[in-house]
Amino acid sequence: MWWNTILLALRAIRRNLLRSFLTVLGIVIGVAAVITMVTLGNGATRSVSDQIASMGSNMLIVMPGQRFGPGSGGAPPFRAADVEAIRNQIASARWVAPVVNRGSAAVYQASNWSTVITGSNSDYFEAGNWKIAAGRGFTEAEERAGKAVCVIGATVQQKLFGGQNPVGSQVRIRQFACEVIGLLQGKGQSAMGSDQDDTIVMPLRTVQRRLTGNQNIGRVIVSVQPGISIDGVRQQVTLLMRERRNIGLNEDDDFQVLDTRQIAETLTSTTRILTMLLGAVAAVSLLVGGIGIMNIMLVSVTERTREIGIRLAIGALEREVLLQFLIEAVVLSALGGLVGIALATGMSIALAGAMKVPWLFDPMINLASFLFAAAIGVIFGFFPARRAAGLNPIDALRHE
Amino acid sequence: MSDPALIRLSAVTKTYGQGQVAFQALKGIDLAIEAGDFVAIMGPSGSGKSTAMNILGCLDIPTSGSYEFQGVRVEQLARDQRALLRRHYLGFVFQGFNLLARTTALENVELPLVYRGGAAPARHAAARAALAQVGLAGWEDHTPGELSGGQQQRVAIARAIVTRPAVLLADEPTGNLDSHTSHEIMELISAFNRDHGLTVLMVTHEADIAACARRIVRFADGRVDTDHRNGGTA
Ligand SMILES: Nc1ncnc2c1ncn2[C@@H]1O[C@H](COP(=O)(O)OP(=O)(O)OP(=O)(O)O)[C@@H](O)[C@H]1O
Ligand SMILES: [Mg+2]
Repeated sequence: MWWNTILLALRAIRRNLLRSFLTVLGIVIGVAAVITMVTLGNGATRSVSDQIASMGSNMLIVMPGQRFGPGSGGAPPFRAADVEAIRNQIASARWVAPVVNRGSAAVYQASNWSTVITGSNSDYFEAGNWKIAAGRGFTEAEERAGKAVCVIGATVQQKLFGGQNPVGSQVRIRQFACEVIGLLQGKGQSAMGSDQDDTIVMPLRTVQRRLTGNQNIGRVIVSVQPGISIDGVRQQVTLLMRERRNIGLNEDDDFQVLDTRQIAETLTSTTRILTMLLGAVAAVSLLVGGIGIMNIMLVSVTERTREIGIRLAIGALEREVLLQFLIEAVVLSALGGLVGIALATGMSIALAGAMKVPWLFDPMINLASFLFAAAIGVIFGFFPARRAAGLNPIDALRHE
Repeated sequence: MSDPALIRLSAVTKTYGQGQVAFQALKGIDLAIEAGDFVAIMGPSGSGKSTAMNILGCLDIPTSGSYEFQGVRVEQLARDQRALLRRHYLGFVFQGFNLLARTTALENVELPLVYRGGAAPARHAAARAALAQVGLAGWEDHTPGELSGGQQQRVAIARAIVTRPAVLLADEPTGNLDSHTSHEIMELISAFNRDHGLTVLMVTHEADIAACARRIVRFADGRVDTDHRNGGTA
């Protein structure tokens, strides 16, 4: 009975190719949309959290001025002494890195690339989770003397050296030549979307002396010892800076202390909400696909009722007719589900590549959309048939 | 085994609808049919011929009275048992053909065999043979849409006889056909009755078609009016 019924179901599918095709299409589109959206959303969330991890966790960023409110423009910059104070007076600070940024063109032979020059110390690599891919970082002597040495990012290596080993070469930055002593391992985009590898790192003093011409420090990165409350350290840094900058009791800070964990949480929850939103939009398309299937099935119910009448009249049992329709619905929706999954896999891999987010296979969402599609197909394919198969054969045959 | 009749209707009534709109289409039919007989049912339109045929074909059940098929009380059988009775003993030819659309003649004829089970090659062979018997060899792959009315009716007959049923029930099998084709169809049915001992029950309005039968039962207003054997063959 099983094999014959499967045969009958397959024949019925072949006989009603257009209807079968439309049914499958509805499921394919719905399933593919949901899986693609959710997969891309997951990829985006992962890429954001990867970038945050690459930024370094347990990190405070101290910047002069307040982003909001009056008087932020006139806030005095930090000096080397502020950095020393943090290093000496805050015990839980593990790495303390002053940072000065300055945009400049860098030239190597015939290649010219406009990049960001970062002045800092060797703590910068530790705090920022930078790995040295080739060569080495700065020595203390080089930092103190303000030597013309630099460690370059992967993008700069690409643009100036075409991927060749740059260590030992001389790069021209404005008026001076700078020896490349190291290459940073690539990190990719930052959580904010900028290219973190597009930079040249030099000792702070070198940048101050040769590029900015002053003693100012743009920001200080403080990395906290693991296992220590970052909020406590934040408080200590704030108090210390208020004291050093002579801020009165009832005055507001003229600097700010950002916490990377906080930034991380905000960004991750934003992408997560976005994923949910995309998934919801896609779920609507799955639902619309389901309604399409329902329409097709209901429209064909007149013809199918007569068909059921014929089958009953020549001696089919009610349960054989039902089984046939069930198999038909299951085959169509499973086919739709599988094609949908295949399509979604192709589309999400292509789109993830284009959007530069990792492609993550999520078995749950694949399974869930597949089951949902199957359920829709079975419900709308099967239930109209069940009503018809319960009729007297003669009534089913007379159905108009 | 004391009852020689294959089919016996006793005081069968059929009422359509309920209450105010109830209409009694059969008002007490008594009819016995022996195996191997060829019976034509005639009568004016609305006299209950199709209603009786549907009951005889186990497609519908009587409101009251009893229907015995080979001694079995059909009206007491469960739905599935009646389906099995249709599957194994009855072949039905409808006035409106009732073939599956967009399905080849071969698959249409094969359909009852699929429900009976059995190996595919044997099914194909039997379906081909049945189509050849009704003169449609070479038309196996045509769908009903590609066949004339007479050819469709022949496919329907092939489907009814492919299972070698005990009884062939045909409700106006020639109703939609010209007289030439009608006679071809009638010769076909007569041949099955003559050569294979197939019991035939047939509704018709035409006297010359009824003349092929051995017995003619006339209905009038939900009752059996007259019942006689055809002179030549009796
Ligand atoms: N499903 C139904 N519901 C209600 N009344 C019905 C139904 N089927 C038949 N009838 C009524 O029962 C009566 C007998 O119908 P039936 O179809 O048996 O007539 P018939 O003898 O076959 O007529 P014809 O020669 O026109 O085919 C008719 O008056 C018809 O209106
Ligand atoms: Mg009739």
